[in-house]
Amino acid sequence: MIKHLLSIDQLDREAIVRILDTAESFREVGTRVIKKVPALRGRTVVNLFYENSTRTRISFEIAAKRLSADVINFATAGSSVAKGESLKDTALTLQAMGADAIVIRHSSSGAPLTLSRWVTASVLNAGDGTHEHPTQALLDLFTIREHFASFEGLRVAVVGDVRHSRVARSLTLGVARVGGQVTLVGPPTLIPPEAPAWGAEVSYDLDAVLPKADVCYMLRVQRERQRQQFFPSIREYSRLWGLSRARVDALPDGALIMHPGPMNRGVEIASDVADLPRSVITDQVTNGIAVRMSLLYLMLGGARVANHVLAADAEGAPGE
Amino acid sequence: MTFVERGRLLDEGEIRRSVTRIAHEILERNKGAGRLVLIGIAARGDDLARRLAAEIDRIEGVEVPVGALDITFYRDDIGLRGEAPEVHETSIDLDITGTTVVLVDDVLFTGRTVRAAMDALVDFGRPRAIQLAVLVDRGHRELPIRADFVGKNVPTRRDEDVVVRLKEVDGEDAVVVGERGEKELEPA
Repeated sequence: MIKHLLSIDQLDREAIVRILDTAESFREVGTRVIKKVPALRGRTVVNLFYENSTRTRISFEIAAKRLSADVINFATAGSSVAKGESLKDTALTLQAMGADAIVIRHSSSGAPLTLSRWVTASVLNAGDGTHEHPTQALLDLFTIREHFASFEGLRVAVVGDVRHSRVARSLTLGVARVGGQVTLVGPPTLIPPEAPAWGAEVSYDLDAVLPKADVCYMLRVQRERQRQQFFPSIREYSRLWGLSRARVDALPDGALIMHPGPMNRGVEIASDVADLPRSVITDQVTNGIAVRMSLLYLMLGGARVANHVLAADAEGAPGE
Repeated sequence: MTFVERGRLLDEGEIRRSVTRIAHEILERNKGAGRLVLIGIAARGDDLARRLAAEIDRIEGVEVPVGALDITFYRDDIGLRGEAPEVHETSIDLDITGTTVVLVDDVLFTGRTVRAAMDALVDFGRPRAIQLAVLVDRGHRELPIRADFVGKNVPTRRDEDVVVRLKEVDGEDAVVVGERGEKELEPA
């Protein structure tokens, strides 16, 4: 198994299937009275979040705790980072404290890769800027697999603010890797020009895409990342690109509605649509814990290699 | 990983008769099948547990609940092996508190699997008693553990390997002894 998880692109189809299969077992653990196994007893997982996040941080925290690992939450507000400490010094400090894994979220694309070059701990990318969010893509694939026999030929429509979405990028690469086809849909201002290079089709006509979609994946409008006006008004966006009840009726029978959260109800997704039975948004949250347990287990459950060996290794290829 | 077969310990008929005898012994020891639960250790222990349950049903006319237990997360060698060990399915759909659990495994060797299984079981509830049934006991215990019901005791060398093959997964019923080629430890 890989040492660091920086991008979904590191994983071949076989590795993705192994992660999802192992996650099935961890989902069963989540249904037990005692939802905890001793697999990672004595390991330390640090959550290093430079950006606000509730669900991802809590999901990783629960995942690590259910594996009996010790979890340290390092929120940067009010910490040494607020006093001006650099990412490198923070990383080396965590390293010196004996962290086995560092889960990092950062507003800068590439921060996890940079971090992985400095530390011997495993680095897990929990979202970096507008680059990637690989664990989200894996939990999405896990959720899709619960409803479809195969990924082969599966059509996934990813709708909305693709430009600012690390989820869209990771999911597109992931779906393509397992044999499905992604269509990115949104206003031209919010579809990055390099999108076809991710292996996706691009469409600017939502109503034409919906009847052919097995999965309709709505993206959050990330107003906090938009530094200019990408569309005239929220109302117009909602009317042109939002998933309304009428648009749900255009989806094929059995098509799933997904959203990475947090939702802007009434913007990209109508409130009653979010609560439909075919909307699996809360399943995505539940499955997120199992998938993150699977990753932590597979990445940390192997032999501990002496630090100096890994340090030499890290000089060469941090991504493996 | 390679496996070179050196000899057959049990054939199909002998396995069938062992399972039948163990089923009788379980019923005799527990004075019937009331409050009895069979839990097989994956992989192959769960298949054996289902066979034992079918035998008990045939003999006593009682359907004994069967579960499958994966002990991977309770192993004592996580972090010592090259890769994280492969995980199997666990399904225990009933409350085992107050029941007599018969743990079922194919081969009893060092006893470490059974130790892990008992640790896992107590996370599911508090059985009145735990008993152990194995198809083959090959010796070389590293922990103070013994089986209550044994299909066949087989003296082996430590470096030999005993493999149970079952129709459900392997297409044939046989217990064979052989030697395993060394698997190279890959760094994680």
